[in-house]
Order: sequence, then C-alpha cells, then structure tokens
Amino acid sequence: MDIYREQIIDLHEHPLNFGELETADFCHEDDNPLCGDIIRIAINLDDSGRVYQVGWTGSGCAISQAAASLLTETIKGMSLTDIQTFPPERLLDLIGVPLSQARRKCALLPLKVLQAGVSGAVSTDE
Amino acid sequence: MLDVEKIRADFPILSVEAYPGVPLVYLDSAASSQKPEVVLAAMDAYYRQINANVHRGIHRLSEDATNAYEAARLKIARFINAPDESQIIYVRNATEGFNLVAYSWGRQNIQAGDEILLTEMEHHANLVPWQMLAEEKGAVVRYIPFLADGTLDLSRLDGLLTERTKLFSFTAVSNVFGTINPVRQLVDAGHAVGAVVMVDAAQAVPHTAVDVQAWDCDFMTFSGHKMCGPTGIGILYGKRRLLESMPPFMGGGDMIRRVTLEGSTWNDLPWKFEAGTPSIAEGIGLGTAVDYLAGIGMDNIHAHEQFITHYALEALSEIKGITLYGPPASQRAGVATFTIQGIHPHDISEVVDKDGIAIRAGHHCAMPLHLRLNVSATARASFYLHTTTQEIDKLVASLNRTRKLFRL
Ligand SMILES: Cc1ncc(COP(=O)(O)O)c(C=O)c1O
Repeated sequence: MDIYREQIIDLHEHPLNFGELETADFCHEDDNPLCGDIIRIAINLDDSGRVYQVGWTGSGCAISQAAASLLTETIKGMSLTDIQTFPPERLLDLIGVPLSQARRKCALLPLKVLQAGVSGAVSTDE
Repeated sequence: MLDVEKIRADFPILSVEAYPGVPLVYLDSAASSQKPEVVLAAMDAYYRQINANVHRGIHRLSEDATNAYEAARLKIARFINAPDESQIIYVRNATEGFNLVAYSWGRQNIQAGDEILLTEMEHHANLVPWQMLAEEKGAVVRYIPFLADGTLDLSRLDGLLTERTKLFSFTAVSNVFGTINPVRQLVDAGHAVGAVVMVDAAQAVPHTAVDVQAWDCDFMTFSGHKMCGPTGIGILYGKRRLLESMPPFMGGGDMIRRVTLEGSTWNDLPWKFEAGTPSIAEGIGLGTAVDYLAGIGMDNIHAHEQFITHYALEALSEIKGITLYGPPASQRAGVATFTIQGIHPHDISEVVDKDGIAIRAGHHCAMPLHLRLNVSATARASFYLHTTTQEIDKLVASLNRTRKLFRL
C-alpha cells in the first residue's frame, strides 16, 4: 500500500494552494476524460515575470490531487520558461511513490494543465 | 446450487496469486471473464493438431479445421436458440457486431430525418456507431432516460418510439447498474412502430439463458471473452430476411462466390459477412465455452449470481459513506456499482488491488450514464459462476480498510 504513503493522504486531506484566485494573469483547465479527473490552475506573476501566487481547484483521485499540491508549491518563484521546461520526472520524484502507467497519467495531469496554460499565455503575449 | 469449489478448480488463473502470498479475488468478469481449462485446451489442441486455414484446402488439416470451426457455430446457434447456424455471424466482439449493422444495414436503410432510438444506459459500443451513422445521414438519435433506481423510464417509450424510428437498439443487461431490461416488451414496442430492433446481449448471454426467438429481436450481438471464451471472437445474430438484404461489411476472401475483374458476387450467409481468414482458434474456443456453460446450466449460473448479488448488495450497504447504484438484486445481473464518499474510485481500486482484489474503476465505457448520475467515475465489482461469499467478505473488509487509510 506504499503508493498511499502518509504524505499523499495528508495532501488529500489538506491540499496546498487549493482555491480560486481573485484575479489571475492566466488560468487553464483540463481533464482526463478516462477517469474524470479535472484540474484548473490560476497564476499571478510578479514584475519580473515569476510566479508569486498560484491557486488550483478541481476534483479527482488522491494522486492527481497530491500532484497538484506539490506542483503548485514547487513552481512558486519560477519563470514561465522554467515551467515550460519542467520535466515530468521531477513531478514524479516529488510524488515519490511508484506509479503504474495508468496512474502516471493522473500524476501528470496538473503539469499538463499548467504547461498548456503557460503556452496559451505566452502565445497571446506575442 | 453450484458446486463452486469444483467450478473454481476449472479456472487455472483462480489459483494464481495476485501478489506473493496474496490470492487473487477476481471481481471484474463484466469487463472480461476468466477462461476454464477446457477452453484453453481446445484452442491449444487446434494449434497443435489441426491448424490450417478454413474453407480453402482440400487437405486433411483444412477439413478438420473447417469442421471444428463450423461445429462451434452450430453449438453457438443452439445456445441462443437461433433458428439456423447461417444466422450466426462470427465477428471480433460485440463492438464489431454493432458496427457491422450500422455500416451494412444502416447505410442502406437510414435516411435524413429518420430516428434511431437508444437508451441513456448504453455502453459506448451501442452509442458511437449509431451517432456516426446519424451524423453521416442527417438522422436523429434519441434516448430513453433511466430512473433513479437504474431502470429504464418506460413511461417515455410511447413518446419516443414513432413512425420515424427506423432502428431501436438497447442493452438486455446494463453493464453498470446490472439492470435486466424487459427485452421482449421493448422489442414488441419497437416492432409496433415498424422499427428494426437490435439487442446488446454482451452482459446477458454470459449470465442467463437467452433465446433470440423468444426475444423476437432483429439483430443481437455479444462477445466471447465475457462468457469464458477467448478475446477476438464475438457473434452477430440476425433475422435471415434482413441479413440476406444487406450488402457485405468488408470485402475480401471467403465472402465472395465469384470474382471477376468487372466485379464480384457474394457468398451465402453467414460467410457473406466474414471476409478474410477468421479467428479460427477463437471460434473453436467459444464453441467449447458454450459447451462448458451449457454443461453447468445457465439457470444454475443465474441462480448462483442472484445469490451472490443479494449477499453482496447487503454486505456493501453496511459500509459507511457508500452509494450503491442500480435496482434491487432481484432485478439485476451480477454487478455492484458504487462510490464511497471522500475516496475517488481509482484510489479505491488501487488500494483493494493490494489485497489481491480486482474491481473496475472509471466510467465503464458508459460516459453518458455517468454524466446523468452526475459522477465522473464509479467502482464496480462484478460476479460470475466462480464468485464466493468469502470473496465478497474480503472486498467489504478491504473497502473498510480503504476508508481507514483515507482517515474516514
Ligand atoms: C453492455 C456491453 N455492451 C458492449 C460491450 C462491448 O464489448 P466488446 O468490448 O467486447 O466489444 C460491453 C463490454 O464492456 C458491454 O458491457
């Protein structure tokens, strides 16, 4: 039962950065229709273009929820380029439990949402 | 009553451990059933002793292979009480059965403005082919809704079946609720407005005695892999008049009578619809599965599943925070679909898996049904002739442990 180590259950009970932002520089939402997990991430950038505020909402399994907490915590202070090049392995490392192929999709959904949101924001800037 | 211990010994996989020291508790037969030794042996013997292409050779092996393959067709015809084995068309699975009818019959008979009536509890296999056909032809798809208890809202039938309804297709047994639908009543209602009626029997043929003549349906389809047979083989049954009027589905070898460079003429039923080298071992395997099930008796299997389902629904309903979907046990097949407040079905499935218990989590290829229930996913335990009450007890204990793990 090691995939549900204490930290995953803690984050399930008390997610980090959970909630809407009043205003956001950009936000993005996507789902994993296969399991119905849905995640929305909103971000505010500071003057130097780094993340200073992030909020997420959504519903899904404990793995996708824990991943959203861990990811949003980690990207604080990052530039958009840092986010775009954020390697999936790093998020899997943060989760720190062995995941089957099917559950990797759950774990990586928040990163997919975040990177799609950044790409959208960058392309509308140009 | 079934001698369940004896039946369990027929299935080699049931003595395989899920994890070292953890016995397998297989509660996912609705997705795909396990295979008894006799089916495995029949397929193995085909490859070892009579492997050859069918309908083409005049050598000993080809004759034997053809005979075994066609003998299986006859057994399957008898199993569902089809008038004649030429109305038993081998397909890959139920999904292909629907697609065959949608392409061949549908393209010839459905026109702009026509209506196709389905239900909101259908598997995607009985939704998507019709939606594609309707899109192509400018036809309209309508749906019979279901009630809170997971039974069809039959009060809507009269309004939804009209002279515009050209096809009515519905499932005999819901793969999510387990609901056993009143097939004959629905078929008669469809025929009363002149519609062609197709039945999804993927969850019916494995679990109950099915008689296509008593149903009086025009088409019916099911998959071998859910009824102790192999993957890659399924059956489409059709009324002769309809099958004869339909153009072939796929072209190629076996389905022709004569080919010239100017064109071709079609083979007789059922081969008109069976282009190319078929799944020979799988056809023989399904024939053996039918012998196996018939030997035990479909009424005995149904009675056992009824007993297990009653037991399971009662035991599961004791779990705190559980929601069970579907009608009372007496009106359903061996399926228990549920959610537990505060735990996503994927997490449930993953935790119980570590106790060796295989259940399904997700939308079970019925997204519209889940949308109607307003849940993104559910967990489903499904039962078969080898399921025991001890296995249900293990599931309940494991679900209670899951709740603890999630601090509920
Ligand atoms: C009710 C029902 N119809 C159709 C199907 C499709 O079966 P297959 O995937 O074997 O074509 C299934 C299988 O899940 C089913 O449960």
